Amino acid sequence: MLSIKNLHASVEGKEILNGINLEIKAGEVHAIMGPNGSGKSTLANILAGKSDYEVLEGEVTFLGQNLLELSPEIRSRSGLFLSFQYPVEIPGVPMVNFLKASVNEHRKFKGLEPLTAGEFLKLMRAKKDMLHLDTELTNRSVNEGFSGGEKKKNEIFQMAMLEPKLAILDETDSGLDIDALRIVAEGVNALKTPENATIVVTHYQRLLDYIVPDFVHVLYKGRIVKSGGKELAFELEEKGYDWIKNGNE
Amino acid sequence: MSIISEKISQTDQLASLFEQSREKLNQGSSPILNRMREVSFKRFAQTGIPDFKNEDYKYTNLKPAFEKSYRQELVRESGLINLNEVFKCNLPLLDTHLVFLVNGWFYSGNNPGVELPKGVVLASLEQIANEKPELLQNHLNRQAGLSNDPFVALNTAFAKDGFFLFVPKGVVIEKPIQIINLLSSDENLMATQRNLVIAEAASQVKLLICDHTLTSASFLFNTVSEIFVGEDALVDVYTIQNHHNQSTSINSTFYKQERNSNLVTGAVSLHGGLIRNNLKVTFNGEHAEANVNGISFTDKKQHVDNFTVIEHASPNCLSNQIYKNILDDESTGAFAGRIHVARDAQQTVAFQRNNNVLLSDKAKMQTKPQLIIDADDVKCSHGATVGQIDEDALFFLRARGIGEKDARMMLMNAFAHEVILKISIEPLRERIDELIEKRLNGEISRCHDCNYQCSC
Repeated sequence: MLSIKNLHASVEGKEILNGINLEIKAGEVHAIMGPNGSGKSTLANILAGKSDYEVLEGEVTFLGQNLLELSPEIRSRSGLFLSFQYPVEIPGVPMVNFLKASVNEHRKFKGLEPLTAGEFLKLMRAKKDMLHLDTELTNRSVNEGFSGGEKKKNEIFQMAMLEPKLAILDETDSGLDIDALRIVAEGVNALKTPENATIVVTHYQRLLDYIVPDFVHVLYKGRIVKSGGKELAFELEEKGYDWIKNGNE
Repeated sequence: MSIISEKISQTDQLASLFEQSREKLNQGSSPILNRMREVSFKRFAQTGIPDFKNEDYKYTNLKPAFEKSYRQELVRESGLINLNEVFKCNLPLLDTHLVFLVNGWFYSGNNPGVELPKGVVLASLEQIANEKPELLQNHLNRQAGLSNDPFVALNTAFAKDGFFLFVPKGVVIEKPIQIINLLSSDENLMATQRNLVIAEAASQVKLLICDHTLTSASFLFNTVSEIFVGEDALVDVYTIQNHHNQSTSINSTFYKQERNSNLVTGAVSLHGGLIRNNLKVTFNGEHAEANVNGISFTDKKQHVDNFTVIEHASPNCLSNQIYKNILDDESTGAFAGRIHVARDAQQTVAFQRNNNVLLSDKAKMQTKPQLIIDADDVKCSHGATVGQIDEDALFFLRARGIGEKDARMMLMNAFAHEVILKISIEPLRERIDELIEKRLNGEISRCHDCNYQCSC
């Protein structure tokens, strides 16, 4: 589904990614772990199409297309979803309007008719029930005045509405208490199918208690320095990132 | 040498025009209008057309507009036959009491009286000044006459007509009153319009004023409105300005509020070559409230300047101002907001905010809050921002599949929406949202739904 080959990228002239290689197939859950500043969020943002980064080398293929050539909106419509580490507040844009525009753009891309207001509300209700979300969130402007937990739940709600093929969860656990973490994780698990894939970007192992990865990759200084099964996450938790750092200095 | 003589000649030309036109100006016009002309022209001539050295006009240069030559309609001309056929309003679904004014003159085909509550007068200022001067003699020029603004004085010197609205004590007008000010001329035209609104105690009225240009000639539109808001009265005044790029519009509005009155204003500057809005609110009684708002959209070389003065002359009053501007291309904007809290005006609450979005590198915005506080127990705040579209918000929307153009539109609408929400007429709010979307799509600059379809 996603193939990253020798990806090098910089921001403001500073090289952040130093040759990333990663293969992700449908049905898989990959965790990308690493200390602060290792390039985790940079990788997530580059995949989503943020323009602050310069790709120096390498290629990324998503569902047979050259991902790096696509605009952020086309990536989204093609089935890529980034759950933001810091979801932005947009006062004045009602959640419902935003989400309806988003869902209908996705439908248009697939050659489907836009949803009517009634159909859209029905879909929204169904997804809310599935994720056990309260109805409050959708009555407000996008993320405006939301708590950290509400913002992350809202991201998962958007993911449920858009049903992406590849979801990248960027530090979704940061700023969450244990209850919110469980709701978010259960949401992600409920959305999992054999046809889609998930990348969980995280600093801590605790999210992986809830979202169990098939593969764990450790990112350090812009490279994947270690890959393994879910047991690698436990090892990291036990030994700390110094274990990685010392082995790679 | 020639430059100096030109500078002199702007005021001199108007002076000689005033001299030559004296007879025409007074012709058919009530003494209560005519008696103000001489002294007002003298006041104008003392200042002349202001330049940047005048602090109040530092950011708006009106000299080029006055360098053009214009004709004036000093006596009523019968031009357009049926305005209802010529002009289709952009807000057709609104149910309003509708009147037209053309080039500053109250259109003779207006017939708003039938449906209005008893005692309400909505008529030509010229006519009422002639027929029932007692209705306006205690109010006419009572606010504007105190102003030092040269264009207000110029208006008083030349004004012959405009609309007059009188809402008697306790009368509630349910439907909004819609005033459509049209400018229509084959030659360049200077139009002077003088309006007076008296909302007596405990009355309620909502006014919607729409400014339009119908022909492609250059226009210089100078209006003065005096609006008296009686005790316990509720008055809303919304203005939609939609002129073409060869037009200059100077609007001076004076509000005087008695105790417990409530005022809401909204100036939506959709389109216009140069727009200068002077607005003054004076609290003349306690526990009055004024919500004063404005939003402008400019592109090309357009310029919009909002100049507000809130005079907290009485204690316990509240004023709240939100002005926003979205500026594209080489357009420029200015906001100057003065709040004066008088010495005894304790417990004053005064807020002011000016937020601006620049869509291009060449657009410019000047903002100048000015608080003069002579009382010691007050709550006042002001804030101003000038920025660009929030790139993070833009990326967020795009990352959810919304195309760049639509995402930008969503963000600009959201920015404008805070001001639109202040409008209390719900169908109007919806229509204005649509107009703004059209404006941001560049559709309004191709002129609106008027049958002339001039290219502006």
